[in-house]
Amino acid sequence: MLLTLIIVLPFIGSVCAALLPTNARNAEAWLAGAVAVTCALLVGSQYFAVAGGGVVRTAWAWLPQAGLDVYFRMDAYAWLFALLVSFIGALVVLYARYYMSPEDPVPRFFSFLLAFMGAMLGTILSGNLIQLVVFWELTSLTSFMLIGYWYHLADARRGARMALIVTVGGGFCLLLGMLLLGEIVGSYDLDRVLAAGDAIRAHAWYGPMLVLIVVGVITKSAQFPFHFWLPHAMTAPTPVSAYLHSAAMVKAGVFLLARFWPALHGTGLWFWLICTAGATSLLLGAFSALFQRDMKGVLAYSTISHLGLITLLLGMDTELALVAAVFHMLNHATFKASLFMATGIVDHETGTRDLKRLSGLRHAMPITASIAAVAAGAMAGVPLLNGFLSKEMFFEESIVAGSASEVRFALPLIATLWGIFSVAYSARFIHQVFFGPPARDLPRPPHEPTRGMIVPSALLVVACLLVGVVPAVTLGPLLKEAAFSLLGPDLPEYELAVWHGVSTPFVMSLVALGGGMAFYAFLVKRGLAMMPAPLLSRLDARRAFDLVNVAIVRGADKAAHAIFSSRLQPQLLLIVASALLAAAVALQDTVFVGNAPLTPPDPLFVLLWIGGAACALGAAQQAKFHRFAALTMLGGAGLVTCLTFAWFSAPDLALTQISVEVVTVTLLLLGLRWLPPRILSDDERRRTARARLRRARDLALAVAAGTGFAAITFALLTRPPMLGLASFFVEHALEHGGGRNVVNVILVDFRGFDTLGEITVLGIVALVVYALLRRFRPAPESVDVPDAQREDEAREAAFGAPRDLLPQGYMKVPAVLARLLLPIAAFISFYFLLRGHNAPGGGFVGGLVMATGFIVQYMVGGTIWVESRLKIHPQLWVALGLLAAVGAGMGAWLSSRPFLTAVAADVRLPFVGGVHVSSVLLFDFGVYMLVIGATVLMLVALAHQSLRSPRKRAALDGLTEPLEEPDEALR
Amino acid sequence: MEIVYALAIGVLAGAGVWLLLRPRTFQVIIGLSLLSYATNLFIFGMGRLTLHRPPIIDEEGAIDAALYADPVPQALVLTAIVIGFATTALFLVVLIALRGLSGTDHVDGRERD
Repeated sequence: MLLTLIIVLPFIGSVCAALLPTNARNAEAWLAGAVAVTCALLVGSQYFAVAGGGVVRTAWAWLPQAGLDVYFRMDAYAWLFALLVSFIGALVVLYARYYMSPEDPVPRFFSFLLAFMGAMLGTILSGNLIQLVVFWELTSLTSFMLIGYWYHLADARRGARMALIVTVGGGFCLLLGMLLLGEIVGSYDLDRVLAAGDAIRAHAWYGPMLVLIVVGVITKSAQFPFHFWLPHAMTAPTPVSAYLHSAAMVKAGVFLLARFWPALHGTGLWFWLICTAGATSLLLGAFSALFQRDMKGVLAYSTISHLGLITLLLGMDTELALVAAVFHMLNHATFKASLFMATGIVDHETGTRDLKRLSGLRHAMPITASIAAVAAGAMAGVPLLNGFLSKEMFFEESIVAGSASEVRFALPLIATLWGIFSVAYSARFIHQVFFGPPARDLPRPPHEPTRGMIVPSALLVVACLLVGVVPAVTLGPLLKEAAFSLLGPDLPEYELAVWHGVSTPFVMSLVALGGGMAFYAFLVKRGLAMMPAPLLSRLDARRAFDLVNVAIVRGADKAAHAIFSSRLQPQLLLIVASALLAAAVALQDTVFVGNAPLTPPDPLFVLLWIGGAACALGAAQQAKFHRFAALTMLGGAGLVTCLTFAWFSAPDLALTQISVEVVTVTLLLLGLRWLPPRILSDDERRRTARARLRRARDLALAVAAGTGFAAITFALLTRPPMLGLASFFVEHALEHGGGRNVVNVILVDFRGFDTLGEITVLGIVALVVYALLRRFRPAPESVDVPDAQREDEAREAAFGAPRDLLPQGYMKVPAVLARLLLPIAAFISFYFLLRGHNAPGGGFVGGLVMATGFIVQYMVGGTIWVESRLKIHPQLWVALGLLAAVGAGMGAWLSSRPFLTAVAADVRLPFVGGVHVSSVLLFDFGVYMLVIGATVLMLVALAHQSLRSPRKRAALDGLTEPLEEPDEALR
Repeated sequence: MEIVYALAIGVLAGAGVWLLLRPRTFQVIIGLSLLSYATNLFIFGMGRLTLHRPPIIDEEGAIDAALYADPVPQALVLTAIVIGFATTALFLVVLIALRGLSGTDHVDGRERD
């Protein structure tokens, strides 16, 4: 439970932070700081539970069918990292409070920072492989948002995108690797995976699985050959770099590698794969760091190099190397975060991070200078600082390790060379910035920053010193616990001490220190210290990355062009043709006449469908030339369909079909006005050979489709019916559903969830229609008054308006009828709704009837007249309908039954007698309200378009009075 | 009866497919409506053609599925009719918005060259 709180708290904080006002820097910092400190305290409180190999576990069933649980698991190793992440998180929040300028929109910053912290803690504490990958990807996403925080800068956007593509690509590989691993072990449970080391290594999939996981790890930890994103991610605000690129995000990779070390290590593939990546990054990063001009660039390459060291240690395959790796992860986090903070201070107070311009800052900012110098000393591995201890362990392991004889000498050599480079770039970093003559042309005169920026950095440096001087009483016990939780009884004896006597590693350290200083002096003397890195600077990873990206996008474009047409007709043609082909292949052996007895055709039914077919064919012919006629005939075909439903014992369908028919035709009628003037006859183009061929082809397809449909229908109808599901529904409708109308019981009870989904879709469509029409711009020629209306006006001009001729207004009779109709429609619709459970009717039909009642008011009275008297608020109906339906579903929870279970009771009311009350009725009432709301919303939105254009016209003509006066007679 | 029913579906579907392949948006919307009539009738036909036996249970009689028309295709078609209305509405609005933006009622937003 507590573990869940540790993960959830930052996410809650993230949401809260996003809701605070833009300039609430203090509130944001207090909130984020409180969350980080609380997390740190919560983690800290678990120490005695995890000490001595204990594991704290919290698990909930997530997808038990797939063997997946939400499983949080904390052992001493995870404990140490969770503490590190939350503690440095708290320091970074304090630092960021003073670093971010008042103009920056801080809610976004702190919101993503907290979300990142939650994702990182989730990665560390996950006990399920899939869940781990989910949190892992979340760290990539949030880090993308943080790197691109200043998205007005092109570099920030580019850097963020590069980091995202590389790390998410790696995350995908990691997911594949984890799936393979889960398959090998037979479980995604971390405990079982860690216990199955021998089985994993013996499995045939070990190779591919390991390669995939390692790709995921080295992309995240910026290791060769995927290291290039990290220097470009330096466009992030410095607090982000201090957090993500020293302590958290980039550590996730090596964290994971160490986590799975017991289960995966000990093979040649492991050794070569990881050592190669680690050793290359180690040297490449350290060498490149020497030649960077940007202070953060130096730190970025140094991070690549130090993570390379950790990776190399993990690859070396000895228990002590693992301990050293974990130790160095912590050490690196402390000194690198502190150095990033110092860099941020310099940047903040002087306005530049350019090593070439900076100089002699120790005079203006002595405190910052000493903090940075100590941290850089730790980075270089100077004795009495924490970096020295882990470096010594690394040197020692480089000698001891190396089962393969060919690396026995290479490893110590690489290690010493790395030591020389590290000392050189650390010295250069401090020397350039803080020593030498004071710089004059800085953008801002340098001075010490506020205490809020110094304190976090100083605290980290104090930690470096404490661990460096008295390791055995500070980090020593914690490290031992962490190592024990990874290795168990295999943990070898070792001692963290500053002085081990004069040993080979100590000599290597001395060589590195002396050699590094000498090398830096040599570079300065030769004037090479400010030049671009020899050889390496020519390898521009960003260019290569961009080229690959562009090639992929172009290739995708070409492929899309080759196989895809953006035109609708070829697409539909392909769809219809392939559907026909698929049906033809599947049905080639079918006998199209079954053995069930045929019923003799009823002459009336034949006559009905002669009319129906004529309507369908007529609509097909006239849809181009005479839209109104086509629409009328479409309505005719719909009517015949409706009668067919009624004929064959489907009263519900008939009712629904006829009411839908009414609203559909009204809808299309409203739309007609916005289409271009109709084509009276075909132009010459129709007569070209190509056009004729096209039409012949389409006709053939249409005939084939129609014949196919008819044949399949006939084949089906001449086979005896299968009762299938019907018997279940018919037998249980009355008993369990409490209704006699089986169709309605299926809709609102048995399959209520489907109906809920359906009405949700209906509501969404109505809102989409409404939203689309708000921005609707009609074609210029449609804005004018329609022809029919113009003819009316002309007639009025000639003979006088009808309302003047008729004493009481010519719309009087229909208007009175329509007004009378509204309460009757309401009454009937309610009647249909209430009786729906036992007789034809229900929410759909009722809703459509009521909506038709409203529409009639609009049609007869005009929009202005109706809306000045009647506020319908269709959006409210949609919302209330959905709420009623969902509420009816949730009512079942009260009696602890699953969602949408019908709850019914028989109540005796005075005078009325026994009444059957059921949550199903409330559900159907929700359907009813939603259907009314959605239908009215769509139709009214469309009808309103005609109002908008006259208004626009009025504005253009300079008229001020409303153009369309409501009919006087109806007042 | 069965022959007439099958032919009716065939005609509706044929007219619908023909219109579906036409270049004018209004033709396509009419075509889709016709095609949806055909499809609804087809699905409804899965339950076979039953006369005078709507699936409304007579409480006095025996409860036996064979006595009633199949309610399952009816329930399916009922939702299909309503959703069909929603998609028609959406398509209509997209159609007139396209017309307003592009100035043509060709399905591709521009006349064929």
